[in-house]
Amino acid sequence: MSHKLIDLTHISKSFDGQMVLDDMNLYIRENEFLTLLGPSGCGKTTTLRIIGGFEHPDSGQVIFDGKDITNLAPNKRQLNTVFQRYALFPHMNIAENIAFGLKIKKKSKAYIQDKIKYALKLVNLEGFENRMPDSLSGGQQQRIAIARAIVNEPKVLLLDEPLGALDLKLRQDMQYELIRLKNELGITFVYVTHDQEEALTMSDTIVVMNQGYIQQIGTPEDIYNEPKNAFVADFIGDSNILDGLMIKDRLVNILGTDFPCVDTGFGQNRPVDVVIRPEDVELAQPGGGLLDGVVTHLIFKGVHYEMEVTASGFEWLVHSTGMYPVGTPVGIRVDPFNIQIMEKPQSKDEEAAASDEQ
Amino acid sequence: MNNKRNRLLGGPFKVWTIAFTVSPLFLIFYYGFTSRETGAFTLENILAITSPVYGKALLLALGLSLVSTVVCLVLAYPLAMILAGRKSVSSGLIVMIFIIPMWMNFLLRTLAWQTLLEKTGVINSVLSFFNLPSLNIINTPWAIVLGMVYNFLPFMLLPIYNTLSKIDPAIINAAKDLGAGSVQTFARIIFPLSLPGVISGITMVFVPALTTFVISDLLGGSKILLIGNVIEQQFKQVNNWNVGSGLSLVLMVFILISMAVMNRYDKDGEGIAL
Amino acid sequence: MIKKTASRVYVALIFILLYAPIVTLIVLSFNASRSRAKWRGFTLEWYFSLFENRQIMEALYNTLLVAFLSALLATVIGTAACIALNSMKKRRRAFWMGLANIPMLNADIVTGISLMLIFIALGQFLSRFGMGVTFGFWTVLIGHITFNIPYVIMSVMPKLKQTNISTYEAALDLGASPVTAFFKTVFPDILPGVLSGALMAFTMSLDDFVITHFVKGPGFDTLSTKIYTEVKKGIKPEMYALSTLLFVTVLLLLVLSNRRPGTKRTR
Repeated sequence: MSHKLIDLTHISKSFDGQMVLDDMNLYIRENEFLTLLGPSGCGKTTTLRIIGGFEHPDSGQVIFDGKDITNLAPNKRQLNTVFQRYALFPHMNIAENIAFGLKIKKKSKAYIQDKIKYALKLVNLEGFENRMPDSLSGGQQQRIAIARAIVNEPKVLLLDEPLGALDLKLRQDMQYELIRLKNELGITFVYVTHDQEEALTMSDTIVVMNQGYIQQIGTPEDIYNEPKNAFVADFIGDSNILDGLMIKDRLVNILGTDFPCVDTGFGQNRPVDVVIRPEDVELAQPGGGLLDGVVTHLIFKGVHYEMEVTASGFEWLVHSTGMYPVGTPVGIRVDPFNIQIMEKPQSKDEEAAASDEQ
Repeated sequence: MNNKRNRLLGGPFKVWTIAFTVSPLFLIFYYGFTSRETGAFTLENILAITSPVYGKALLLALGLSLVSTVVCLVLAYPLAMILAGRKSVSSGLIVMIFIIPMWMNFLLRTLAWQTLLEKTGVINSVLSFFNLPSLNIINTPWAIVLGMVYNFLPFMLLPIYNTLSKIDPAIINAAKDLGAGSVQTFARIIFPLSLPGVISGITMVFVPALTTFVISDLLGGSKILLIGNVIEQQFKQVNNWNVGSGLSLVLMVFILISMAVMNRYDKDGEGIAL
Repeated sequence: MIKKTASRVYVALIFILLYAPIVTLIVLSFNASRSRAKWRGFTLEWYFSLFENRQIMEALYNTLLVAFLSALLATVIGTAACIALNSMKKRRRAFWMGLANIPMLNADIVTGISLMLIFIALGQFLSRFGMGVTFGFWTVLIGHITFNIPYVIMSVMPKLKQTNISTYEAALDLGASPVTAFFKTVFPDILPGVLSGALMAFTMSLDDFVITHFVKGPGFDTLSTKIYTEVKKGIKPEMYALSTLLFVTVLLLLVLSNRRPGTKRTR
């Protein structure tokens, strides 16, 4: 694949003695849609602000296109940011907002006019030139913020939870809009969000972060299907996370019952974390599975039913298109291929270190 | 909330405002436009401003208050930027600048400048210690300017500080992100956004400076007459309320102009809120 | 680093400008000489003789009484006005707010002479009924209330606007009477604004000279007007001592009240 456009090496950053990033290494390829995903306080926004130049790392380097830009001021960097709350200039109309960066670069009037037209068309807001920012809805302001950034033809667009303030429907529309923009512009997007669904929908690569450490880097499919640890599994989608005992290769004991699986190399009689996605739990007649249990909750979710099944003292989360009323005795079955075995973390450091390289 | 009950609560305020704010102003108009002797309508009192003495007092007051306003702006803006730039400016600091000095009597505070400015006073002692030329501005218009700047500086500082501290840091980051350096960020973003504060600061300084009679009395050596002194004398010494009112009306034209300008820029009155 | 030092120095210089006269006055209050021009050694004499000076004591009493009463009444009238203003339609509110702000935005001298004229007019009117208006305590008090009301409105209004109306409605919904609901829900929210408005009013009244100058009569003096008449003859050193005492007292009160947790002022 194409070359590394941004390379963060050994980045550490702390605020008031509180470690936010600890020796982080991450590279971003050209034309990639990379998402930094994690709960608040995980260091994802700090990472973005370090790339944008709004924060200086305590140690480490930021390499952009082969050049060290660690100490370069934000206004000298070839990248632009779309801010969380849009940060449109309230005293300028839309055209002036979009023209801001171009005027700084002393572009010709005709060029600026063309660019404004082009950018407004790109974000589907033609004719908004003379409106003021406060007369626009949140979604419209967000599009203008994007337009204002992309007219400068940055090599990288940094987006800091840009859809966070929008309502659900608008957020979903904007997700498709962003994918389309990314494809039309052919530039690199670095996107920060705490919304796993957003990350799965849009990204080429997802970087899952927690407490200043990278937990896993991979494609959306990798992250969802093969979470490297319990944190990733829990954060990405719903899942059943259980304590297990790896009896031997391809056999794991969960809640006193032996389950066949496909994982090898964990040794014998080692405690492990086991992840089973709710849609991978199959319900059958009592005795028809490996475990027997009783349905305790039932909610209709539209595409499927969400159920809780108590079996061997554990509340199993189950997604199924078949409906089993509360109180129904059921058997539980899991395809060996859908059982995900993970090492138990020994310590917080190791939990992060184990997944620190791409 | 219960609207009828609430409106009753406004009763005392409305009566008070009509009785002691609005009607007194009408009386100024009445006296200003009537002759002292006959009580008939006249423009004499207004036209008194064209006399050399009064005209000169008005022009001098305009000049000194403009100079003071500019000096206040130049001094206050950087200070407001420094204060707004700090992450945690305690409200205590604002109180220190604005309220605490007021607990020392205004006249005494102003008079203290006499002591400081005298030929053998504190400032000149310090200056001569460093072999600098002495400062002899006592009883000159410059002493009055100093008094005005000293007294009204907080009125310039506060509204500017308020508007500056309300600017979202993300907006400044956005400007930098789009390639603006410090100077451009200031000229295109920070200053335009602080303009309402600047305008209300200018009004808050210009109006009291233009109309003062105390500062010129205390620091001008009672030889320098400003329009405020002339009006004060008409009421307290000459007892010619008609001419006094007429001159006040002339003064109010300038006050109204600056209030109108302020209203245009600072619609919510936020700039002057503490 | 240089920038930081420069800005520190700048802030310090402005503070010197603002506080130099105050320090000067405090120093003068300990000066053994009666003249302010020369330093003749340290004395506490003025701090004792001050209490024997009946004129100064009377002016102090008048000043504090007027400041207290005018702050109190202006706070009551102003706070009630805010509630009324808040429930008005936009245009009416703008109209009344505009009128309310006149004494704050207008020149002191104009406010002073206009009040003087209205009291004279009122006196002429009342004289038909054998009554009159004496320029003194009452006229000064009315004058001070007038210019204090806008300061109270200015501090209470923003708090009232921030107040969440639904807590008031919830209280009503739960069976509280409107008055109880107000004092249980809205009032605690606006209390900081009310208090800072009262403090502001008290301070403005304490520091006023111009308006008092026009609406006071002979024989009635506040500290400000007393000082003004002394200017020509020379300020009595007792005045410096008294001002220092007042200043230090209020400063101490402020420091103590800020120390106490939970009294953090929110702007």
